[in-house]
Amino acid sequence: MVDMVSRPYARAFEKFAAGNPNILCLSADLTSSCEIDGFRDRHPDQFISLGMAEQNMMSFAGGLGLAGFRPFIHTFGVFMYRRPYDQLMASIAYPRRKVRLMGFLPGVTTPGGMTHQSIEDISVMRSIPNMTILETGDATEVESICEAADSIDGPVWCRVLRGSVPRLFDTPIKVGEIRGLSEGDDVLVVTSGICTEEALRARAAFSQAGLSIRHLHLHTIKPFDANALLDYIGSVKHGVVTLENHVIDGGIGSLVAETMADAGVGKRLVRLGLKDTYAHGGSRPYLMKFYGLDASALIRGIENLMGQDFNITEDDLAAARFDDVHSLVKAEAL
Amino acid sequence: MRNEKSTEDVALGIRRRVFEHVMRNNGGYLSQACSAAEQLAWLYNEELKLGEPTLPMIPEPFWGVPSPSNPDYHTGAGYNGPSAPQFDRLFIAPAHYALVAYATLIEVGRMAPEGLEMFNKDGSSVEMIGAEHSPGMEVHNGTLGIGLSTASGLAYGRRLRGEPGRTWVFMSDGEIQEGQTWEAVQACSHHGIDNVMAIMDVNSQQCDGAMSSVLDVGDIRSKFINFGAACIEINGHDLSAIRDAVKEPHAGKPLVILARSNPFHTMSVLKERFPRLHYVRFTSQEERARFNRSIAADLGVDPVNYPN
Repeated sequence: MVDMVSRPYARAFEKFAAGNPNILCLSADLTSSCEIDGFRDRHPDQFISLGMAEQNMMSFAGGLGLAGFRPFIHTFGVFMYRRPYDQLMASIAYPRRKVRLMGFLPGVTTPGGMTHQSIEDISVMRSIPNMTILETGDATEVESICEAADSIDGPVWCRVLRGSVPRLFDTPIKVGEIRGLSEGDDVLVVTSGICTEEALRARAAFSQAGLSIRHLHLHTIKPFDANALLDYIGSVKHGVVTLENHVIDGGIGSLVAETMADAGVGKRLVRLGLKDTYAHGGSRPYLMKFYGLDASALIRGIENLMGQDFNITEDDLAAARFDDVHSLVKAEAL
Repeated sequence: MRNEKSTEDVALGIRRRVFEHVMRNNGGYLSQACSAAEQLAWLYNEELKLGEPTLPMIPEPFWGVPSPSNPDYHTGAGYNGPSAPQFDRLFIAPAHYALVAYATLIEVGRMAPEGLEMFNKDGSSVEMIGAEHSPGMEVHNGTLGIGLSTASGLAYGRRLRGEPGRTWVFMSDGEIQEGQTWEAVQACSHHGIDNVMAIMDVNSQQCDGAMSSVLDVGDIRSKFINFGAACIEINGHDLSAIRDAVKEPHAGKPLVILARSNPFHTMSVLKERFPRLHYVRFTSQEERARFNRSIAADLGVDPVNYPN
């Protein structure tokens, strides 16, 4: 059974930031929703409430960066790039301010529907010069995201998980590293964020069916070590399947596709994720199943790649974790 | 560095340089020199506490954008002197006023006149829309509405560090149509950011024409006060009024000086172009020659001997 950790970001951010006068905590009216309410109460001198005014917040953070501070902006990911994209570009990304953009509720991890689900943020951030992109997939990565982000000389986009988060890894994020989670030489599976846990469930079933899978987890999406990925691709016989909590256009599926095309790799690639669609409001397990982001979707994807039915059913998967949308470990319903 | 010339002379010098440039280049941001020359002259010649310039009098060619592979990158802020704690900072929020701002740098001895010859030339750092690497610029402001927010963040940070220097923003009235301006005032008011100061060129013009016809903004002063700023409205061509305006008490609030200005001030022939004053282009050689004679007479100089 997977070990679940409650609100790892709340403790990790406070441990990291408290007492460092160069680190400021910015919030846009989602303070408890981003698990920084305790920090606000205990370290008010490092906390700046900027309200529901994200355009100002982005440029204001750029000004703080110009003054030599390292602002950590906390809000839902969507609110940091859709409306204030111009400010993100002009005030933060272009001048390489050391602003750490802590984007909560990545992809379908919220029942809040289209307005709350950042489903194309990685695509956007990958195309922004000077931007670094990190994504958390477990509690250990959430616990280490602040150190990892703050090690970057420039702006950093972070996909942060909140609430109850599984612990899958025992080593912190090392920026630029690819996590190799299993050895195998038939199929390469590349996942990130919450989809990695899904792939862990599917992998065991394939192992029993006689298909060996090399599984990689990406916490660093930009910059990206293409040569390391190419070595992994070269080590499998059949091809690559990607699974991401994001649209398949511009995310890690595209990243892998571009890497393969640039190097002339002639293997098949199956990209799984949101396929040119918005999601809607619902529980995470429901949305992951409905939109094909879960272990079952990965099984179908691998079968597609192999041209073979492995007769793996839902019952063969390790029991799915199901969190009540309104459970106590979440700060609030949204 | 200051008071070698009177501020009146600096303002006249700005207008003469902008006029000459616009005639030679068959167009440009001319009306902005009419409306804003006193404001920028006053800032640089009297009000701003700035150190000696740290960048060459003749601007270097474009040296690349910020990137990890460009470690020598720097902004154009060095024309305003070093960013030391005791010194003021200035953002030119409407970056299309760059021509007027560059002319100001020349008039106050912070840039060589050759700098203006590089204006809008390929490979030059003296860009038409002031970039953060352009002389006197420190941040990108070409997207209107972000200047006051950035200045507020910088001012907040400087207050945390106990720096006495102020952060000034030269603004334009058009950008108050942007919601971000009001977000910034709210933030300053809430956090008591009173080391940020703004002077706004209220010329009532924007790209499409008169603001009243494009999107009327009503009583600007009441709006600023209601959003939590201290705000005073004066005649933007009256230097003694500008000098008095900055004395307005504003403890715990940003100070916004609304400088009501005339977009044809000292260049009466520009009235013919109303309401399209944002960027003056000449439609014929006859018109160009007529404007040349008229404005030269207004400014007390010979007509510009421009190449046809």
